[in-house]
Amino acid sequence: MNSALFLEVCEDSALVLLALAVVFALARLIKGPGLADRIVALDLLTTLAISLIGVTAMRVGVSLLVDIAVALCLVGFVSTVALARFLLLRQPELPARPGRDDSTRPPVSRTVRND
Amino acid sequence: MLELTNYISGVFLIVGAIFSLTATIGVLRFPDVYTRLHAAAKAGPVGAGFVLLAVAIAALDPATALRAIIGILFLILTAPVAAHLLARAAYLVGVAPDTLTKINDLENERLSAG
Repeated sequence: MNSALFLEVCEDSALVLLALAVVFALARLIKGPGLADRIVALDLLTTLAISLIGVTAMRVGVSLLVDIAVALCLVGFVSTVALARFLLLRQPELPARPGRDDSTRPPVSRTVRND
Repeated sequence: MLELTNYISGVFLIVGAIFSLTATIGVLRFPDVYTRLHAAAKAGPVGAGFVLLAVAIAALDPATALRAIIGILFLILTAPVAAHLLARAAYLVGVAPDTLTKINDLENERLSAG
């Protein structure tokens, strides 16, 4: 086996493994019980996209794609920080707020109480 | 010389892809946010770093190699910071750790900083 063929087989195998990884990360993104799990899955998907762009840059021989991978690195970091801030600062769920619990109290009594 | 770089970067590609796959399996199977973050924030950047290292070795062009190495450095610098911020935010809004968690140094932190 010559070295170019070896590299090509390695690129193909890496693409298959990374595609499998993307499927698993999407499963966690859909399943994830909370917002934090979904942010973790999105962060991991960004890292996987960087790997996929790297493999594609080798495969098609366009070195400009490496710049895109570095830029995606930066955007991924900023987006994870922004999502973490959002997780910290967002309002709690509506049913958990006092006075807004419509399930246990009939709406008529609430309007009477508000008046 | 060209043959050697092809072999080395092929092996690095496979190693990086396996690390990425391991990180994702960890995110899929671990029980709570903190353990999932542990898998995603350590093995993930290692996998992407190996792939970018393979790109740098196979490029045979100093400019491309330098950009790939800058990408690796940036990934290694930012991933722990993002993971720390995310874990702290998740803890402060009250995402409960798994029941198997034994040590919790932030136990008294939630009320004061919330």
